[in-house]
Amino acid sequence: MGFLDIDNATKSYGAVEVLHKVDISVQEGEFLVLVGPSGCGKSTLLNMIAGLEEITSGEIRIKDQVMNGVHPSNRNIAMVFQSYALYPNMTVGQNITFGLEMHGVPKPEREKAMAEVAKLLQIEQLLDRKPGQLSGGQRQRVAMGRALVRNPDVFLFDEPLSNLDAKLRVDMRTEIKKLHQNLGTTIVYVTHDQIEAMTLSSRIAVMNGGYVQQLGTPQEIYDTPANIFVATFMGSPAMNVVPAKVVMVDGCPHAEVALHDGAMAQLPFSQDNLSHWDGRDILLGIRPETITDVDGADRKSSNIAQMTNRIVVTEPAGSDTFVSMTLGGRDVIARMRSDAEVSPAQDFTFAVNMEKAVAFDPETENRIQG
Amino acid sequence: MSQTSQDTAIRTGRVTRTLIYLVLLLFALFYLLPLYVMLVNSVKPLEEITGGGMMNLPEVFTLEPWLQAWSSAQIGVEPTGLRPYFWNSIKMVVPAVIVSTILGALNGYVLTKWRFKYDTILFGLMLFACFIPFQIVLIPMARMLGLMGLAGTTWGLALVHVVYGIGFTTLYFRNYYAVFPTELIRAAQIDGAGFFQIFWRILLPSSGPIAVVSIIWQFTNIWNDFLFGASFADANSQPMTVALNNLVQSSTGVKEYNVHFAGAILAALPTLLVYIVAGRYFVRGLMAGSVKG
Repeated sequence: MGFLDIDNATKSYGAVEVLHKVDISVQEGEFLVLVGPSGCGKSTLLNMIAGLEEITSGEIRIKDQVMNGVHPSNRNIAMVFQSYALYPNMTVGQNITFGLEMHGVPKPEREKAMAEVAKLLQIEQLLDRKPGQLSGGQRQRVAMGRALVRNPDVFLFDEPLSNLDAKLRVDMRTEIKKLHQNLGTTIVYVTHDQIEAMTLSSRIAVMNGGYVQQLGTPQEIYDTPANIFVATFMGSPAMNVVPAKVVMVDGCPHAEVALHDGAMAQLPFSQDNLSHWDGRDILLGIRPETITDVDGADRKSSNIAQMTNRIVVTEPAGSDTFVSMTLGGRDVIARMRSDAEVSPAQDFTFAVNMEKAVAFDPETENRIQG
Repeated sequence: MSQTSQDTAIRTGRVTRTLIYLVLLLFALFYLLPLYVMLVNSVKPLEEITGGGMMNLPEVFTLEPWLQAWSSAQIGVEPTGLRPYFWNSIKMVVPAVIVSTILGALNGYVLTKWRFKYDTILFGLMLFACFIPFQIVLIPMARMLGLMGLAGTTWGLALVHVVYGIGFTTLYFRNYYAVFPTELIRAAQIDGAGFFQIFWRILLPSSGPIAVVSIIWQFTNIWNDFLFGASFADANSQPMTVALNNLVQSSTGVKEYNVHFAGAILAALPTLLVYIVAGRYFVRGLMAGSVKG
């Protein structure tokens, strides 16, 4: 039993099922991020938690109370919307206390709660202004204030940062994380931005096509993705996925991949469990940052393989240099430190951290597990 | 070289500009001519009009025709002037405008934010009301008013205009609320506001421009209506337009053109006033939602 339980929740519009048996249990104080491409059902799921959309089948419980059919205002939740949804005709102060007023909280208490929240979010000087007179970041704060003031069990965030410019987005991201650390509230947060998902969450649910593809900590999602969708969706640049073949060298499973000229490189796996895939085709997943120059390789890794391949393009980006090459017939990107000495059309010895490599079944696209 | 071409550009510009203004001026004069005729003849003694020279400015200026039209002209049996009928019109227009606008706003709110099955069909049917000719409903409407005991009363007339106006007001408010962010409604729901609280506290305060459009449209239509007034009102509840017709059409005695002119202007004044007071919101409201931002 968690704090917020989503139990086999399904959503259909007519005959079309858009969410398929979603099963997530959120602990108190947890920061759960629902992430996925647009149309994956993440916002629908959030709206179902909020009570803005009905649940077709299954159950949603908050603190062990079944929420199916309970009006949004009686679920003790608060929501921050993508467009902030501040009431344009009310001042900031009225916006923040509207919910309390609707719940019949007496005026002196409302004023007190408003003052506390305004102090916490540093919006005291804005209380008499109308939302139209605020900047994007200020509106965002007011929207969070409106959610905070009700002291809800669960906070719901619906892509709250996507309307902000890049710099402000990073600032507000930190701010939300700080807020969560200080208040210890339970948060469900929807985003399509995988960096937001990684930085904010204590757990991530990666969604696609109405299914939860994987539920886990950011580290689990990043290092051991359940399938190719999760592997390529999380991380930027995306994980390289190349066709390879498992061969046994000295009793250890190796991945055999084609280099640019058709010659084969054999990269040793760290997991023994791939032995029974001997001779079969797999898809090899390598994150860009695990392909480096030999000097830049991770010294703590127990399994660094080397291969010599031709560089196609180099893209210096200041902090890193992106190097692309052809591997297994596909374009593969390596992310190197900026002072790696690389130049295009040059044969170069790469170090691949095979400890971090993963293998996928080409038919099911699922990760091959032990 | 560039200097000369610039000169000619300005010269051609001036010529076309003068031409444009001339044409516009002509149209304006042509358009204002009837108003001019009505105004000058309403402040002349009758002999000046019957003696010819309708376009002339008055030789003797008098407000007598205005006073007569307002309070002592013979309309029907009594020499009451237009005054009682003016109040009849006000008593019919004000409630009809207010009620039809509020109902239109409620309909627009429900049709956009509380969607239900077949709501688009319902809206289509309501739109249909905008295109039904008045004449078709006269007899059924008379029967209904009779059944409700409202025949020949000002309230009955107001009801007819409310029913007829809902189609238009619903159309206005529905289109206005269609672009009103639904997230605001959802936020208010989570905040615990009910159906009417959302309407009064969130939606209505942001509906100024479209309310003005609805009010102007309804006011002019109801005030200017003749057919319903002539069909459903009795002698005591006749609106201004019907009374004006009776004044002008009376077949006994001398035709007092100056009084008729004054009466016609009196009948048109309220709608004119509404346009002048609220007109600048009218265009703004009509355009609302057509352009983003």
